[in-house]
Amino acid sequence: MIYLAAEHFVRAPQWTWYILGYFFFAGLTGGCYALATLLRLVGDARDEPAARLGFYASFVTLLVCPVLLTADLGASWWKFWHMLVDVTPGDQGLNFKYWSPMSVGVWALLVFGLFAAVSALESFVLDRRAGARPLGGIAGLVFNVIGGVFALFIASYTGVLLSVSNQPIWSDTWMLGGLFLASGLSGSAALLALLTRYRPDAAFSLGRLHEADGYFSILELVLLVAFFLTIIAAGTAGPTVPLLPLWLLALVGIGSSLVVARGHMRIRPAGGSAAIARAGTDTLVVSALVLLGVLALRAAVIFSAQ
Amino acid sequence: MAVTIKPGESYGFFTDTSICIGCKACEVACKEWNQLQGDSPKFLADSYDNTGQLDDQNWRHVKFIDDVPAQSADAGNGKAFLMMSDVCKHCKHASCMEVCPTGAIIRTEFDTVFIQQDVCNGCRNCIAACPYSVIALNPATGTAHKCTLCYDRLQGGLQPACAKACPTQSIQFGPLAELQQAADVRLAALHSQGVTQAQLYGRDDKIYGGLNAFFLLMDKPETYGLPNAENAKLPSRNDVGGYVGALVTAVLGVIAGIVAFRRRGTS
Repeated sequence: MIYLAAEHFVRAPQWTWYILGYFFFAGLTGGCYALATLLRLVGDARDEPAARLGFYASFVTLLVCPVLLTADLGASWWKFWHMLVDVTPGDQGLNFKYWSPMSVGVWALLVFGLFAAVSALESFVLDRRAGARPLGGIAGLVFNVIGGVFALFIASYTGVLLSVSNQPIWSDTWMLGGLFLASGLSGSAALLALLTRYRPDAAFSLGRLHEADGYFSILELVLLVAFFLTIIAAGTAGPTVPLLPLWLLALVGIGSSLVVARGHMRIRPAGGSAAIARAGTDTLVVSALVLLGVLALRAAVIFSAQ
Repeated sequence: MAVTIKPGESYGFFTDTSICIGCKACEVACKEWNQLQGDSPKFLADSYDNTGQLDDQNWRHVKFIDDVPAQSADAGNGKAFLMMSDVCKHCKHASCMEVCPTGAIIRTEFDTVFIQQDVCNGCRNCIAACPYSVIALNPATGTAHKCTLCYDRLQGGLQPACAKACPTQSIQFGPLAELQQAADVRLAALHSQGVTQAQLYGRDDKIYGGLNAFFLLMDKPETYGLPNAENAKLPSRNDVGGYVGALVTAVLGVIAGIVAFRRRGTS
């Protein structure tokens, strides 16, 4: 995989703003669903409001995704469904290529949409009336876990999609899938932390979300270093330099997460989540920086090869 | 060269760059037959090339590779152009076809690679994958375009327009096996004349399983903007590595989430 002086003579696909937007929201929709599932499965009963917040956030951010993908097709927007159905005369049928991340991703987005919609609807029902989960028991847990697997895929496959090409930088590394996933989880934790400001009963989970964000940021930092090492080894790191401000913005987001997570770890023995919940302005600033970093990271990766 | 064209056989181009004179008759014939308007001519200031690149409007492009010291001149004196009529390579293992999510890119009954315009939806995955920078998006139609190897002419028993128009037979069209034989003979002749730098590109299966449009080059492939055998790789090479990287991260991410969210009696 790693070799020096990879040579590329390929044209850039002009995947720009719509795709950047899609990659951003795909990271958030997948990340929010995965975190909501984890909060429900391993968290305290008092984490349930934050879990529902996660399912809502996942559904809302999901709604943007097909709009962006369709708009990106330009004059052929009305043929978006050709991703799913092969209309070749004499060879009609469903389109599924397991070796093409774009093909797999479209199907995964469709299936994940079902999980995200049902989970958001269930959260809405539970918020309207107290009682047992409509999808209760083992079936409900299994439903969330399967949805969570699809969610992790949605948050990560966009990076794999870039790698499965012949573009410089993108195809010179295997780190993009993991990097986008770690960044998406970090951004989702930051988004949910921000949203707890508007749902007081979810404030219990605020410190936990910051702590999780810190772990995801460590993972993201490690993968970012690995990403640069691989493209330096391939000899294609040069085009990343002009985008230094974007890389720095991504690092600021990572750094902010770590600072707040460290703060939470320190004060947890003295007051835990409740103490963090009072630090509203910090959460607002840090979450904004993290989300900006998530966007900047994807912009830097997308535009450095084009 | 009269060729009887039959479905079910492999056809292609053998482009002998050693006898290309850069007249661009191929570019004109291609545009005329395929009704391509072309881009506005550009002044590139380094050669007689004012086309610039293969794209949705230029399915043939004569490259002028400048600044090559001529062997016959003294050091520092004399320069030569390497000229090459570039085109879609119609690869046996085509990167564009591999990644196309709609099934728009197919292999025809003549073993050529063809983009079905009514099926393509302009996702541009093929553009990111084509290692030769051949395919481009036509913004007006919202679809990807490239050389069809004159699919419509082949169906009518006619050879492609570019090969028909080439005055020096630098572009030869025919059954692939015959072209490969002709190329071997030509290469042997050049080597016997002392032109040892001559080499075939895409004649064998080292480059994407073999190219239906292959070349005789007068320098190494990179000089012509062609990836060498080491760099000619399919996009799917990164499938497993990319997904494994994502899977490992997912496992670590879930563990991190469990550690952060686990029940521990915080109040």
